[in-house]
Amino acid sequence: MVWETVIGLEVHVQLDTKSKLFSGSSTTFGAEPNTQAGIYDLAMPGTLPVFNEAVLRMAVKFGLAIDAEIGRRSVFDRKNYFYPDLPKGYQVTQLAFPTVGKGSLQITLEDGSEKVIGITRAHIEEDAGKSLHEDFQGLTGIDLNRAGTALLEIVSEPELRNAKEAVAYLKKLHAIILYLGISDGNMAQGSMRCDANVSVRQLGAKEFGTRTEIKNINSFRFVERAINHEVQRQIEIIEDGGRIIQETRLYDADKDETRSMRSKEVANDYRYFPEPDLLPVVIDEAYIEAVRAELPELPNAKRARFVNQYGLSEYDAGVLASSRVMGNFYEEVVKICGDAKLSANWVTVDLQGLLNKSDLDISQSPVSAARLGALIGRIKDQTISSKIAKTVFEAMLGNEQSVDEIIESQGLKQVTDSGAIEKLVDEVIAANPEQVAQYRAGKEKVFAFFIGQAMKVSKGKANPDQLNALLLQKLKG
Amino acid sequence: MSRRTVAELSRSLARGEFSSTELTRDYLSRIKQFNGVYNAYITVTEELALAQATAADQRRARGEHGPLTGIPIAHKDIFCMQDVRTTCASKMLSNFISPYNATVVERLNAAGTVTLGKTNMDEFAMGSSNETSFFGAVRNPWDPERVPGGSSGGSAAAVAADLCAIATGTDTGGSIRQPAAFCGITGFKPSYGRISRWGMIAFASSLDQAGPISKSAEDAALMMNAIAGPDSKDSTCVDVAAPDYMATLNDSLQGLRIGVPRQHLAEGLGAEVESALQAALKVFESLGATIKEVDLPNSHLSVSAYYVIAPAEASANLSRFDGVRYGYRCADPVNLEDMYKRSRSEGFGSEVKRRIMIGTYALSAGFYDAYYIKAQQIRRLIKQDFDNAFKDVDVIIGPTTPHTAFKLGEKNSDPVTMYLEDIYTIAVNLAGLPGMSIPAGSHKGLPIGIQLVGKDFDEARLLNVAHQYQQNTDWHLQRPEV
Repeated sequence: MVWETVIGLEVHVQLDTKSKLFSGSSTTFGAEPNTQAGIYDLAMPGTLPVFNEAVLRMAVKFGLAIDAEIGRRSVFDRKNYFYPDLPKGYQVTQLAFPTVGKGSLQITLEDGSEKVIGITRAHIEEDAGKSLHEDFQGLTGIDLNRAGTALLEIVSEPELRNAKEAVAYLKKLHAIILYLGISDGNMAQGSMRCDANVSVRQLGAKEFGTRTEIKNINSFRFVERAINHEVQRQIEIIEDGGRIIQETRLYDADKDETRSMRSKEVANDYRYFPEPDLLPVVIDEAYIEAVRAELPELPNAKRARFVNQYGLSEYDAGVLASSRVMGNFYEEVVKICGDAKLSANWVTVDLQGLLNKSDLDISQSPVSAARLGALIGRIKDQTISSKIAKTVFEAMLGNEQSVDEIIESQGLKQVTDSGAIEKLVDEVIAANPEQVAQYRAGKEKVFAFFIGQAMKVSKGKANPDQLNALLLQKLKG
Repeated sequence: MSRRTVAELSRSLARGEFSSTELTRDYLSRIKQFNGVYNAYITVTEELALAQATAADQRRARGEHGPLTGIPIAHKDIFCMQDVRTTCASKMLSNFISPYNATVVERLNAAGTVTLGKTNMDEFAMGSSNETSFFGAVRNPWDPERVPGGSSGGSAAAVAADLCAIATGTDTGGSIRQPAAFCGITGFKPSYGRISRWGMIAFASSLDQAGPISKSAEDAALMMNAIAGPDSKDSTCVDVAAPDYMATLNDSLQGLRIGVPRQHLAEGLGAEVESALQAALKVFESLGATIKEVDLPNSHLSVSAYYVIAPAEASANLSRFDGVRYGYRCADPVNLEDMYKRSRSEGFGSEVKRRIMIGTYALSAGFYDAYYIKAQQIRRLIKQDFDNAFKDVDVIIGPTTPHTAFKLGEKNSDPVTMYLEDIYTIAVNLAGLPGMSIPAGSHKGLPIGIQLVGKDFDEARLLNVAHQYQQNTDWHLQRPEV
């Protein structure tokens, strides 16, 4: 039987505001438990919410970035349930009238083709606190620092068809959020959290299969693993004649498995109703246009500009525009060295390779854009060859010396003095009479041997063009 | 001196007839003497009162006083007061010390009032007789066998028995006006959004509104001047400056158009209340007003709609009382669910639990449209009724309650009978309008109140109409034999 996977993602993004969604408490991560919970966050009797306008601006920004309908009148609702880390006994969220309506996101698949994924909605809501089960000898501790932090929950259509697409979607979302500067997007710290709704059906079937919701996925890698694992689990159950139960499952990264969390939740009735303590949020055209004017250049636009302005391939432009930091890094390198193509190669191949090897992000690059630009500049003005440049690049990782200082101190400067190169060519020809004879007898492939020998003697520093010309001239004699 | 109105006390303090400290001591001794009978106060803040009185006297000596400086006041125990026990008359909060002040408390403190204590009420403001209090029923100063009304029964009894000069109350479906009527005093519920709800423990957020319970309309205006107006802490509090309510008290009623709702004169209205109402209307006519009947065709639906909306909101508002962070927690819970269940079962009284269940039911999947949505539609119709009526009249006047104060225990067995006590007042909350009850008669030694309803945010007109009535009658001056 051929199975098709259907995935929809619900992504919670913690918005990077100074204060909480409905209170003035600070949102700094990692503070001592319960030091950032004010009287509203603690749900003291008689306290009331006041909507943080910065949150609205960020949500609208996101909506505009995904070409979504912006809710001119959004309404907050109460979602009722009891849990110790939910102090009010209800979460304030947006049910029927979210701030961001239907939009879409274009993702790039592995084969380079593009796919458009629908986004159903993105609504503003409060985060809960944290329950701490360690260190309390069988009791549960409650930390309400996070309670009331502003979240944007971004809900996709069930249009993702495999785990790789889900990861591509998530990465694109992540890039846009960072481009917009509305969240730090740090998945490990929970600033971006992903729940995946996963089901399988026979290829060609019209109805969706029963879905499970996988919670607590906190890295791109785990998203792929959790989904693949869950898909496999569902297929095995169905093929064994079983049925999928609609339930919430938790992904355990250590064991690489999902396990049932609370099947009772299906029967939960959240008794939503409009939050009477808040007025509907009404947005006019002028507000939307003001936010639009603040939008930065977004990934797709940046990619197109890189192709046009720098003559890059779609692929290179895509890689360089994949994050705002990467794009900025690249453009700074270009500005310094003046060579767009060389810069693209160095950033996407050499630098990216280095970053991958040490599991670093471009923002943590051990080589600054200024130094990389200086290095490429020295290739361009022929101070060093591309090959020597790789040696210099290696050396740059270990110290803070400038590119020129490294070239100077390690004697890596390219030899361009034609007298010196001629001397070199003469030596190589004199030392290898046999090969000279072969070449002159018509075996032109031997030419590469002479280049190799000359480079070896010059320790790679001979200017390749000059060496080529002189060697050819002398051999042809 | 404790019998005087705030306006009179203010003049006496200004003339130096007595100090705020002397006045405060007088009230405190009356409370000691009579609170045992009426149970109007849950907490008496004697030390705080004397400290505030001293501070008020010093302010006065420096010439930094306003009309409320040094005036002894009582706060309904629904208002959070920093470092003072704030119970909402519930076992659930019987140990709760508030870490902050309600805006109403904050503003009255700033005006220099002296807080005598926190008054009794129905538990979480749910009741019309003040019998649901965890701290016991309040007795009506006109007849201790009778209820003072509710839920602001403690404030009303305290004002009527001169155990304070003026008090704060809250009104969700009639909780200021009905006890004011039963206790023969003036109760004023401003428009929804006129006074900040910050620090006022929520019963039904879209209906709750704070207001004064006082000995006269003039006193109500004095308190309104201190507490009304925008507050950045309450998003539902309108961002429009409140007018000076004293400035228009003496405007003439010549040409005032009064509407009397046909539906309020129908079956169910006691004859003694109706005749008091008719007599009051004659007074208004003599002052130059014209009277006409108006229609509120959907008023018979108001109690039903209210008992969906208010419990629905309450069911969520009271979820925070879970035994986790503050308030009552059951002994030795075996697990989380046990802690929730027993803390809430043991911490809430039966009327509160009844309303939580009604509200939870009304919001449940499958019932939401039939109850909550329907009730909201009725609410809009009721507002439209008032809008239509106010096209032709300036003020609507009718009865506050169907009859005078009933006996303790008389209506306890049937919640619906109790709910119908608020039949004339509830629609005003649903429409968000200002409403007021003033004394206008007496029957067998029990006071009768009439209700004045104004247009949206037209509080000044209501206070003016009530004040003019009180300038020409003396029902509001009558006091029970304590």
